Formats: sequence, C-alpha cells, structure tokens
Amino acid sequence: MENAFLQDWGITLMVFLPLVGALIMMLVPGQQEENHKTIALVSSLVTAALGFWLAVDFYRLGSEQWDTLHYVVDRSWIDIVNARYLVGIDGISMPLIALTLLVVPLVIIYSWNHIPDPGNAKAFLILTLVLHTGMLGSFVAQDLVLFFVFFEVVLLPMYFMIGVWGGENRLYAAIKFFLFTLFGSALMLVSFLALYWLTGSQTFSIAGLAELVAEGDLSDRAQWLIFGGMFMGFGIKVPMFPFHTWLPDAHTQAPTQGSVILAAVLLKLGTYGFVRIALPILPDAAIDWAPIVGGLACAGIIYGALGCLAQTDMKRLIAFSSVAHMGYVMLGIATMTDFGINAAIFGMVAHGLITGMLFFIAGSVKERYHTLEIKRLGGLLVQAPHLGWILGFTTMASLGLPGLAGFWGEFPAILAAYEPAAGISTNLFRVYMVIAAVGTVLAAAYLLWLLQRTAFGSPSEEFADDPHIHDMVFTEWVAWVPLLILIVVFGFVPGIIFNLTDPAVSAFLHGGAP
Amino acid sequence: MITQLLATEAAHAVSPPAIFDWVWLIPAIMAASFVCILFLAKRLRIDAHWFGIAAVGACFLFSLAVAGSWIGYVSDASHGEEALAPGEQAAASDLFVAAAAADEDHAEEDHAEEGAHAPSVSCLEADEEVDHEASAAPGALAFAEAGESRASPCPVVNQVSWFDNGGPTEEGGADINIGTLVDGQSVMLLVVVTFISLLVHIYSTDYVHGDRRYTHYFAFLSLFTASMLFYVLSSSTLQMIVGWELVGVCSFALIGHWWEDRPNSDAALKAFLTNRVGDIGLLVGMTILYFAAGKTFDIGAINEAATTGVISKNTALIASLCLMAAVMSKSGQFVLHTWLPDAMAGPTPVSALIHAATMVVAGVYLIGRMYAVFYVGFGIDGGTFNAMAVIGGLTCVGGGALAFVQRDLKKVLAYSTVSQLGYMVLALGVGAYTAGMFHLFTHAIFKACLFLGAGSVSHACHHSFDMKADMGGLRKYMPKTFWTFIIATGALAGIPPLAGFWSKDEILAGAGVWPGTGGNGDYYVPFIFGMITAAMTAAYMTRAVWLTFFGEYRGHAHPHESGHRLTVPLIVLAAGSVVAGFLNVPSTLPVLGSRIGLWFEHQVEPAGIASFPTISHAKASFSLAIVATGVGLLAGFAVWSYYKRLYRIDRHAAEYTDHWIARMPVLRAGHTLLVNKYYLDHLYTGVIAGSVKGWVARAAYWFNQNVLDGVVNGVGIGTAAVGRFVYKYVDQAGIDGAVNASGAGASESGQLLRKVQSGKVRQYAVLMFGAAAVLVGIFIVAV
Repeated sequence: MENAFLQDWGITLMVFLPLVGALIMMLVPGQQEENHKTIALVSSLVTAALGFWLAVDFYRLGSEQWDTLHYVVDRSWIDIVNARYLVGIDGISMPLIALTLLVVPLVIIYSWNHIPDPGNAKAFLILTLVLHTGMLGSFVAQDLVLFFVFFEVVLLPMYFMIGVWGGENRLYAAIKFFLFTLFGSALMLVSFLALYWLTGSQTFSIAGLAELVAEGDLSDRAQWLIFGGMFMGFGIKVPMFPFHTWLPDAHTQAPTQGSVILAAVLLKLGTYGFVRIALPILPDAAIDWAPIVGGLACAGIIYGALGCLAQTDMKRLIAFSSVAHMGYVMLGIATMTDFGINAAIFGMVAHGLITGMLFFIAGSVKERYHTLEIKRLGGLLVQAPHLGWILGFTTMASLGLPGLAGFWGEFPAILAAYEPAAGISTNLFRVYMVIAAVGTVLAAAYLLWLLQRTAFGSPSEEFADDPHIHDMVFTEWVAWVPLLILIVVFGFVPGIIFNLTDPAVSAFLHGGAP
Repeated sequence: MITQLLATEAAHAVSPPAIFDWVWLIPAIMAASFVCILFLAKRLRIDAHWFGIAAVGACFLFSLAVAGSWIGYVSDASHGEEALAPGEQAAASDLFVAAAAADEDHAEEDHAEEGAHAPSVSCLEADEEVDHEASAAPGALAFAEAGESRASPCPVVNQVSWFDNGGPTEEGGADINIGTLVDGQSVMLLVVVTFISLLVHIYSTDYVHGDRRYTHYFAFLSLFTASMLFYVLSSSTLQMIVGWELVGVCSFALIGHWWEDRPNSDAALKAFLTNRVGDIGLLVGMTILYFAAGKTFDIGAINEAATTGVISKNTALIASLCLMAAVMSKSGQFVLHTWLPDAMAGPTPVSALIHAATMVVAGVYLIGRMYAVFYVGFGIDGGTFNAMAVIGGLTCVGGGALAFVQRDLKKVLAYSTVSQLGYMVLALGVGAYTAGMFHLFTHAIFKACLFLGAGSVSHACHHSFDMKADMGGLRKYMPKTFWTFIIATGALAGIPPLAGFWSKDEILAGAGVWPGTGGNGDYYVPFIFGMITAAMTAAYMTRAVWLTFFGEYRGHAHPHESGHRLTVPLIVLAAGSVVAGFLNVPSTLPVLGSRIGLWFEHQVEPAGIASFPTISHAKASFSLAIVATGVGLLAGFAVWSYYKRLYRIDRHAAEYTDHWIARMPVLRAGHTLLVNKYYLDHLYTGVIAGSVKGWVARAAYWFNQNVLDGVVNGVGIGTAAVGRFVYKYVDQAGIDGAVNASGAGASESGQLLRKVQSGKVRQYAVLMFGAAAVLVGIFIVAV
C-alpha cells in the first residue's frame, strides 16, 4: 500500500519543488552567486530525496504491482477541454524519473566552478530548475494535454541555455533546436487533438484513450495517421534519422551542462513518448509503422556511426554517437516485444548515464585545452591520468561492453529484432538485426579512435607544458562518481531496471492493466 | 518406500560435492583483487603484485580442490549404479540430476547385450519434463575402447535469476539466469587458467619491474583472470558473451600497455576491432540459438535442444556458422587472425597468458561448450568436410607458413599459436573432441613456456626480439632458458614423449583416414593439412631455435641468465611440457595404457548425457604416430642441416634466404606473399577500414551537412520569408504580447538574451501553431 502522504502529495511536490527553488532564487540578487548555487543544489537535492522516498515506497509495493500506475492524482484542470491534472508513476516511468533526479543535482554540482561564459549563475541555475520541473512533469503526466505542456516547458530553458551560454555558433544552433522541436510538437499536438475529437471521448487521459481505441472507436486509417503525427513529434526529439540534424549543432554549441541534460534526459522524452503514449494507445498502428521505425532506426545506427567517423571535433563526435545509440532504442521499440521495449528503456537510462558522462568529460577537456579538435589533443592520460582513464572507461561503456550498462540497451534490442511481434515482417527485422550488429563494430571503431587520439600517445608540443592542464578537481569527482558507479552496477545487475520495467511493459503488450 | 530409500541412497552416493556450489568465489576473488589493486595498492603502499599473487594463488588451490572433487565425482557417478537396484531409476532421476546419471548407467547395463545402445540422459531439471523417450540418442554409443562403457555425471549447475523478461515466468516470460557450470571442460580450463596466471604473475614481478604503470599492469592481469574465469564458468550463453567481451577489453588494455607509442595503441585497436567483427557472429548466433531452443540462454538446454532435434539442422548450421565467425576472431583463425601477431606489442608475460595460453582459446572453448550445436549443424558425424575443419586446416597451414618469414621471435611464436589454434579447431571439426581439448591443455603449457622463454631471452638482450640482429648463440649464456625452451619446442613439434606428441597424434588419428583409426568420418583434407602442419611446426621452430640459441651471438648486449623469478616458472612449465602428455595416453599403450589410458578423456569428455553429442572415438595408431613423428623430425633435420651448413660458410650470417629467393621466381613470389602476410592487412586496414573511415564516412557527413541540413536551412529561410509577410500583415497583437511576457522573466541576462529573442523565433512559433491549427482542420475533415 502506498504511503498516504506520498499518495496525495508525492508526485506533485516532487515535480514543483524545483520551481519553488527557482522562485526563491528570483528574489535573491544576482551577485550572490554562492547563495544561488546553494539554493539550486538544495532544491534539487530535496527533490531527489523526495523522489528517493517515492522510489523506496514504490519498491515496497512489490513487483506484482509495478505494472500499474501508483500515486495517481486526478484533479480537474482545464474543464473546457476535459484536460485533467492526471499524474502517476509505474515501472516504465520510474527509471527515467530516477535518472532525471540524479542528473540534475550532478549538473548543479558540476556548475559550482564551471558556470559557462558569460556567467550569470542566477539565470543559468533558474533555467536548470525550470528544466527539472518540465522533465519530471513529462515523465509523470498521464494526460496528453498535461504532457504536452510539460514537454513544451522543457523547450524554452534549453533554448536559452544554448542561445545564451553556448559556443560561437549558438544562435543558429538554438533556433534550429527550437524550431525543429516545435515543428514536431505541432504535429504531435495535431495527433493529440485528432485523438480527442475522433474518439469523441471527451478525455485526454492516456489510459482512457487506449481503452477507447482498443474498443474500436477509431478507423485503422485514422490510427495510422495519428501515429504518424506522434512519430514526427517524438521522432524529432529522439532524434531519429533523418530528423536529427538539429542535434549535432545543439550539442556542439550548448554549454557542458546543457549538453549533459540534453543527452541524458531530453532525448528520452521522445523515446519515452513512444513507450508511454504512442504504443499503448495505438498498438495496431505501431505494428504497421514498425518496418519504417525499425528501418530508420537502423539507418540511424549506421549513419550516426559514419557521421562520428567523419568528425574532427570531440563534442560533435559524441553528439553524433547519440544518433546511433538512440537508433538501438528505437529498434527495440519497433519490435513491439517485451525484450525489445525493456531493452529500449534500459538503453535510455544507460545512454543517459554514459553519454551524459561523455559530455561532462568533453566539457572538462575543453576547459583545460580550450579546444576539442581531436588532432590537437593527445596524451590526456599523461597530463590528466584520472580524466584519461575515466574517458577510457566511458568509451568502453558507450561502445556497449558487456558488464557495463550500455550493453543491456544494445544486445537485447538486437536479440528482440530476431523475432518481432506478430504482424511485423520477421525477415525484414532479421536484416535489421544484422545491420544493428554491424553497427556495434562501427561504434567500437569511432569510440576507440577517439580514445586513441585523445588519451593515448604523448601530449602535443602545443600543450606539453601548459600549466592549465591539471587532473580532476573535487566537483568533477563528486559529479561523476555516481554516474560511473551506476554504469558498473547496472552492467552487472541489469535486473534493477529490467525487473522494474518488465511487468509494466508486458502489461501493455499482452493486455492486463491498461 | 524402499524405492525412495534407495533413491536417496543413490543420491547420496553421487551428490555433487558442496565445493561446486562455491566455485563462483574463484572469479569473485580475482575481481576483488582487481578492485583492491586499483583502489588500495597505492594508498596502502603495498606492491600491487602481492594482491595479485595472493588472489591467483588462492584461486589456483581452489581450482585444484575443485578438480579433485570433480575427479571423485566422476568416479562416483560411474560406480553409482551399485547403490541402486534395477527398476528404480525413474524415482531417482526425478529426485536428483546426478542420480539421473546413475540411472543412465543402468539403462546402459540393461542394454549391454543389445550392442551398447545407451539412451542419453537429460540433465535438465526435473520440472522441465524430461522426456526419456525423446532424449534417447539415436545410434550406438561407440566408446573407443572395446568393452568399456562409461557415463559422465551431469554438469553441476548453480544459478540465480539475473533478470526477468516478458512478465512473470509462469506466464511465458523468460527468467534469465547467471551462475556457474561445473563439468570436465570448465574444471580443466579452471586449472589451466589459474596455473598459467599464477606463473605469469610471479614472472611479471621481475619482467615488468620498474615499469611506470606497474600497478595498472597487475590490476589488469587480475581483471583478465577474473573475466576469463567468469567466462569459463558461465552457465548461460548470455554470461559467456559478457565474459568473452571482458577478456577482450583486458586484452585491449594490456596490448596497449605502453600506449605512448602509436604502434602499440594501433595494435590494441586492431585487436579489439577485429574481435568486434567476429562478435557480430557471436551476438547473432547466440540470438538464433536463444529462440531456436525455446527462449533460453541455458547452455545445457541449448545443447540438449540440438541433440534432440528441437533445433533443426539448418538452424543449427546457420547458428554454427555465425559462431564460427566469433571463433575465428577470438581464436585467431584464418582470415580474422591478423590481430594476434600484432598483439605481441604487449608485454611478453601478457602474450604468454592472454595471447597464447588462455584468452585465445576462448573460441575453442566456445566450440566445446556448444559442441552439440556445432556437431549437428556441421554434420560432423560421418562427414568428410565441414567449415570448421576447413577453417582449422587452413589456419594451421597458413599460420605456420607465416612463421617462416618472421625475424621477431615473438612473432614466430604468435604465428605458431595461430597455427596450433587451427589444430584445435580442426580437431573439433573432425569430431575429435577430447583431442582438441587435450591439445588446448598441453598447448597452454608448452606455449606459455615458449613465450616466457622468449621474454627471458629478450630480458637478456636489451628487450629486443629480433632474432637476426640481436640473438644467436645464447645457449651458452642462458642454459636454463635454453633447455626449457628446447623442451617446450620439442613438445610443440610433437617429439615423443613430450606433451604435444600425444595431443597432436590424437588429432591426426581423429581425422579418421589412417587405416585402423575409425573416428567420425573420412576427413582427408583436414588430415593432410594436419600432416603438413606437423612438418612445418618442426621446421620453423628449428629455425627459431637455431637463430636464437645457436651460432654466434650477433647482438651488442651482454647476455646473461635471468633471475629466479623468470627461470622458475620456465622450469615448472618445461616439466609440465614433459609430463602433461601422459594424462591421456592411448589405452592400448603398453604398461601405462591399462593404468592411466585416456584418463583425461574420462574426466573431461561427457558421455551419455543429452547435452553432448554421441561421438565416435578414433583408435590410436602406432604406425600413424611413427609417420607423423618421422615427418616432423625430417623437416626439423632439414632445416637444421641448412643452418649448420650456413654456419660453416659464415659464422655470423643469420640467414641466407636472399640467395635462393633471387634465383627462383616461384619462391620469390611465395616469399613476397608471406612477407606481406597474404596482403590481408592491406585489405583490412587499407581498403576496408581506410574507406569506411575515409570516403564512406566523409560522403555520409557531406550528405548530412549539405543535403539534409540544406533542406532544413532552405525550409527555414523560406518560412522566415513567409513569416515576415504574415507577421507584417496578420499578427501583431495577442501572441506577441504573450511571448514578450515570457521573455521578460528571463531577460535578466540582458544584452545577450535580447539578441536571441529578436523576432525570428516568435514568427516561427506563430507560424507553427497556425499551421497546426490548419492541419487539425484538414485532418478531421479527411479522416
């Protein structure tokens, strides 16, 4: 049984606590940087603590209850369109909420002495907290309008983060990011509205809509089109090939913290949208779309990897690798099987931890060398041994080494493609499986190449005697160690996530609780 | 009542020793050692090697204890039937897996008169509905030695749930397990790995003494040993994949140990990437088997599904071919062997441990583990030709030939390893399972001895491995190294009675074409390859020995014998190279045969259980042994006399091949081909990797920047133009105000923010939502 307080207030408090922190910070003058950092950190930590309490309470419910929503709060909100404040948590959202709760405090800790130019910790951290609320809200929302609002709330702070604190070409990147996502959002909104009108249901609740569609209130053609709209909305966010071109620019230009949040959490909003909204409401359309989704996923895997191989900039390379990695997640989703979707959720968390970590490292390298051009770097292991080893470790995790988290997003997705759900062409998906497996070789190629050029060898003359190049500092350790530990723990005990998501995934795939 | 009593008694008689429940500790100890070295060694100011040696020593003793228990368990199992009266088998087999083995003994006894028709016993747990009718193996169990029938105990599996998949297990989901599997094969490798690892640890304390990354070196040695043991003890294929890749990453780290120099890190990358290519096969193959065997990763269940025909022959063939790709990369088989010689860039003890004795046999071990699948897939029984035997044959000849043109002693040994690994694969390919495993066992010992010997030599010669420039005549300076090297060379070349002689002979007999040997089929081509390799091995090793130890010293160092920490492991391994072969002498051998004949086979090879195919055993042939040995000796002698003659002409000449090569075009072409390593490196590095990294990647990126982004930018510019128009005439009031208000909150950042916020975005946003509204309308009308 859920704790009574958490049942009523848990989710709402968790979602809006960061906003409270942001409000307090608005009242504090901008010069008091230390105070701002403290307030931001405390509010994110309190949020995390509350989330931790929720997680423990959720865990106590026992695995047989993880398939349904808990801590559900259902209040009227915008009556005129029947949009309700409907939130809840189940085994699918739990890992992503936990990921968000972990990453944001780490980003704030990292910001302690890494506020990017042009400074202004106050605005920067307020934006971070607003982002926090938006991300958490998206993961708990069970009403399409509510989801949409949170989904859009995320957009603006990130836009400003890139546009204000970004690199040289930040305006272009920020606008591209904003418009691309907005374009997707518009189509997504169309889909949501179409669902609302066409089912005539007068509800935006995900479960309610799923039930109505299952009862046959919607023609196949309509389902197919609506899924297409959602596919654009979520697919751009993922990002799927060929809608990915905003990502390398956004990542390359964003400040380190922005890149980390973008990679770790924001991209997951897209894949989460598929798993939470598109598949449960429109399972038949998902099967019809699977060949296309799977095909684009595989294209992304190979294409992203080739893009990586062509890069000369470390950060841009990591950005492109996201295209490839999210390809595995989407391939898992496209199979419409337990293994595939479990792998997809695992892949989201693993990618969040690993790529987030890679962006942290890229940020720290940039700070020391003032460049990320691969051919100018080298000998990181000599000049900053710990940083170098952590880079080595993370590249290994990123290339899907078994025993580390990345593997469990990758291999099960490949495995699931061998036998996709009924109604999906098995032969086609077996081809996808082989393509995806080939992608693992390319992943190893670009990541090890990156490692070799940056970490191995001797430092170039340019940087050999540079006094600015030092090993890791305290805030880096604090911000990174939790990620590193989790990468290992999830690698060896994948059950922590798989067992959490599995009941909920098989519930919506094989009926049972909606 | 009586039945139960008896059954319990039987269960007692053959219940697996408790120590098998604790084997998981072995990899765990090594993993703990890794963690301790990494985090404590420097802090506590303890030399890293103490953690490593203590851990690996403990593991070695533990492994010996496990091996002892296994030997006792095997003997109990084959005598267990005495405790059980006929007719009570069913109850016993339900009660206990091991009892099932005893039960099987009975069946065998019952059928003894009918020509030893033995049903194979399923080792799966009782609740999985063992169907004895279905699991009865077709055909006779033809044990090699007439009159002997034996039954192995079932592998002892201990596992816990790793993670769930597909909902609760009772609703058709899969419970994916992690655990340990103890049987002859895993126990054998357990001992080999811990034994060699222990010696390598001791050797390394001297060899890498003073290295700048001494601690890291030992940390990775521990991690490697842990990963290898984890792999060896795997109870599921998923776990094998994990172990398989973890040893790969340790190999990567240790090859690139001196990563300051580009060639070393290149070699490390090459090793990892080549293995990744093979891993495609591993991932795909294991996936196929997972589904074909009914959604399970369990090794026993998959093998049993293969022998009982649940996995169709075609599926097994495809899966086997996929897995062969993995074997080719990991075990250095043609054409994916190219990384292995380059891997010699790592420290020599690493080469001995990882790239000769243990990691590279992971592929061979994989074949042995999934032998039923390969056996069915390739139709090894009664065949004359299959992919595995051919790959093995090509590898042993192709690899051996390359050893002739190397001037680096370690490279000679590396190609020799390639060649010998080919021998093992060939053995398994012709159905000589025990011969393959036995060769794995003996090879690990004498090849480790050779590598460590090479290390000792280079230790004396300024860390050079160049036989032509820096060696020669070393036998006078380092007698211990010399004699141990000679013994190991003899073992490798198959000189009786050294270890390699026995295992090589069994492989040749196993091909089944020599009169009187029997075997699984008439494997002529593999047999011929095997014979050629026997000659080549003796020849190139004679060359290496001559160049290193005989003639005049050609270097500029002051060679000296190495210290005890180097020579003691050499002596231990040389002693092993002498005696190891006697573990599996033919049972027809006078005197020894009746006492210890085929001892190794009885411990290692499963018989009469459904997870292992019923293979035919070849008989040892005295004439074959003489011919094979003769061929080797002849080849060795020919090379020896060549160098002897050369020495008489010029005491300081290293080699005189140029003269011959210049004269004979055929030889010249052959030499060029070998020196260029069959141009495979050119193909892989130059053509394939070069173009993927080069023009293919560039083309993809050009497409990205110009085509995809071109469209995006084009749309952006076009929309902006429309937007300006709309903005000017349509929109000024409502939304504008709203956007300004939202901007005001964040406008603290002043100048910069205002710049960002300048117009464009608002126009786009307006347009997007306008478009959305229109689309909704169209949508509702259209559907």
